[in-house]
Amino acid sequence: MDLISNLSIGFGVAFTPINLLYCFVGCLLGTLVGVLPGIGPVATIAMLLPATYALPPVSALIMLAGIYYGAQYGGSTTAILVNLPGESSSVVTVIDGYQMARQGRAGPALAAAGIGSFFAGCVGTLILAAFAAPLTEVAFKFGPAEYFSLMVLGLIGAVVLASGSLIKAIGMIVLGLLLGLIGTDVNSGVARYSFDIPELTDGIGFIVIAMGVFGYGEIISNLGKHEDEREVFTAKVTGLFPTKEDFKNMIPAVLRGTALGSALGILPGGGALLSAFAAYTIEKKTKLRPGEVPFGRGNIRGVAAPESANNAGSQTSFIPLLTLGIPPNAVMALMVGAMTIHNIQPGPQVMTSNPQLFWGLIASMWLGNAMLVILNLPLIGIWIKLLTVPYRWLFPAIVLFCAIGVYSTNNNTWDIWMVAIFGVIGYMFIKLGAEPAPLLLGFILGPMMEENLRRALLLSRGDWSVFVSRPLSAGLLAAALLLVVIVALPSIKAKRAEAFVED
Amino acid sequence: MKIKSQKDFFSGLMFMVVGIAFAWGATTYNIGEGARMGPGYFPLVLGVLLSAIGAFTIFEALVVETEDGEPIGKFAWKPLAFIIGSNVVFGILLGGLPRIGFPSFGLIVGIYALVFIAAMAGEEFKFKEVLILATILAIGSYLAFIVLLKLQFPVWPSFIVG
Repeated sequence: MDLISNLSIGFGVAFTPINLLYCFVGCLLGTLVGVLPGIGPVATIAMLLPATYALPPVSALIMLAGIYYGAQYGGSTTAILVNLPGESSSVVTVIDGYQMARQGRAGPALAAAGIGSFFAGCVGTLILAAFAAPLTEVAFKFGPAEYFSLMVLGLIGAVVLASGSLIKAIGMIVLGLLLGLIGTDVNSGVARYSFDIPELTDGIGFIVIAMGVFGYGEIISNLGKHEDEREVFTAKVTGLFPTKEDFKNMIPAVLRGTALGSALGILPGGGALLSAFAAYTIEKKTKLRPGEVPFGRGNIRGVAAPESANNAGSQTSFIPLLTLGIPPNAVMALMVGAMTIHNIQPGPQVMTSNPQLFWGLIASMWLGNAMLVILNLPLIGIWIKLLTVPYRWLFPAIVLFCAIGVYSTNNNTWDIWMVAIFGVIGYMFIKLGAEPAPLLLGFILGPMMEENLRRALLLSRGDWSVFVSRPLSAGLLAAALLLVVIVALPSIKAKRAEAFVED
Repeated sequence: MKIKSQKDFFSGLMFMVVGIAFAWGATTYNIGEGARMGPGYFPLVLGVLLSAIGAFTIFEALVVETEDGEPIGKFAWKPLAFIIGSNVVFGILLGGLPRIGFPSFGLIVGIYALVFIAAMAGEEFKFKEVLILATILAIGSYLAFIVLLKLQFPVWPSFIVG
C-alpha cells in the first residue's frame, strides 16, 4: 500500500521529539492568539509567522500547521463563550453554541466542537493523503493555459462565497492582483510601480498586507465601536463532558458534517466557511428527535456539525494547495507565502522532490488535531481566563507584536511604514464594506497568473483562443462562468442574502 | 441623482481611481503584444478591468435601491491616529532616522512608546495600568525575541551602547 508507506514516512518525520515540540508550541500559540476576540486565523498566522523564520523548513511548516489549527480552535472557543465569531467560519457555531453557554452548558459545547473537529480532522487527513498522489499526476498534465484558467476558477470560487456584493469582491481580487505585480518583473527585469524606492523593487511583503489589513484595520474598527454587551461566560463552565444523550445526538451530526466538509473543502474557494454553513443548514433540515432542544436554542448538533465540517473542509483545502500550488483561500495564501520564504515553491513537484516535507506536513496535520484535543480541552480554563482580559490591555500588545513581526521579516523599518499605510487602507476597506480576504488571495496569485498567461500566449503565438480550445482549460473557465451566472441569478441572490443573515 | 449606497459608491470610486492609476502607470512600461508580453501588458489589462468594475459599482450604487442608503458612518479618527501613530513612532525609535541624524533608541524604549501611544486609542487610559502593561511586554519581548528567538534588534539606544 502506497498510502501506508507514504504516511509512515510522514509520521517518521513528524514524530521526532523536536518536531513534536514545534507542533505543540504552534498549537499553543495559535490557540492563545486565536482565542482573542476579533483576531481571525489570517491575522494570527501573519502575526506568528516570523517566529518560524529561524526554523528548518519542515519544522516551520509543521509549526504553522499547528498555529492554523490552534487559531481555528481558539476561534470556536470565542464564538461559544463570547458570542463573537473570531472568524467567518464560526459564524454559525455562535448561534447554538452561545445559547448552550447561556444555559450553563458551555463545557459540552466546547467538547462537542473539539471532538467533532478531531474526528473530522482525522478523516480529512486520510482523504488528503489518499487524493494527493493521483491529483499530483493530473497536475503534471496541466499546461500554462490550464493553470491560468484554474486560477480564474479559484478566484471566482472564493468570492462567490464572500458575504457582501459580488462585484465588489471581484474588484478586491483585481486590486490584489495589481498590488501583487508591484516590484521587479521577472521576465524583463523592469521594476514596476516602485517609484525608484529600492525596497519596493522587491515588491510588497504579503505579511505587511496581511498584518496591516487584517490586524491593524480590525483593531481600529473594533476600537471604533463602543464596548457593548460583551458577556463572557466564565464562571459557569463546569462539567466539560457531554452526556450520553448529547453523544447520541452529536455522532450523526459529526458524521454528516465531516462528509460534507471533506467534499466541499476540495472545491476551489470552498473550504471552511461554505462547509460550516452547508452543514448547519442540513442539520436544521433533519427532523428533531423527541425531547431535543430546537435549533437556535442551544442544540448540540448545531455546534458539532458546523465545527466538524469546517475542520474537515480546512483540512481538504490543503489538497489544491499541495498538489497544484494554488491557494483556495486567504489562510492558504499565507501558507504559500510562508513556503516561499523557506524556498519551497508549492506545487506538484513538492511531493516528488521533497517527500519528507510533503508527508511530514500531512502527518503533522493529524498530530496538530490530536494535540488540540489532548491539550486544549483540559486547558480550557486558561483560555477562558484569557477571554476575561480587558480589550484595553490586549490591543496594545497586538499592535506591538505586529510591529515587531513585520520588522523582523527584513530587519528594516521600511516594513513598519508599509504596515502603517496598509493599516489605514484596511480600515478604509472595512468602512467601505469591501472584504479584504479576496485581496490577499489575488495578491498571492498575481505574479503566478501573469507568468502563466504569458507562457500560454507565448506558446499559442498570441492566440487567446488557446484558453477555450484546450478542453481542460475550457471546462475550468466554463465552471467559473457558471458560478458567476448562478450567483447573479435573482432567485439565488435572494437566497444567498438570506443564508448569510442566519435567523 | 442621489447616491443610493454610499459604501458602494465610494468603493467603486476607489476601484476606478486605482485602476486608472495602474493602467496609466503601465503605459510607461513596454506593453508588447499577446505573444510577447512586455512588463506593462498584464497591469494594463487589469487596470482597465478594475476601472470598469469600479464604474459598474458606481452605476449600481446610483441605481439599485437600498434600505438605509448604506452610509459609511463616522470614521474612528482617534483609534486610527493613535494605532497608526504608535506604529510609526515605534519604527522611528527602533531604527532611528539616519537621514536626519535621529539616533536609534532601540527596542525597549520603542515598546514603552508604542504601548503608551496605542493605549490612548482606547476609551479608558490609566497611567499606572499602562505602565505595568508596557513593562510586562518589554520584559516578555526581550526574553522571547532577543534571548529565545535571537532576532537581530537594536535593544538599547545607540548612543548608550555605541
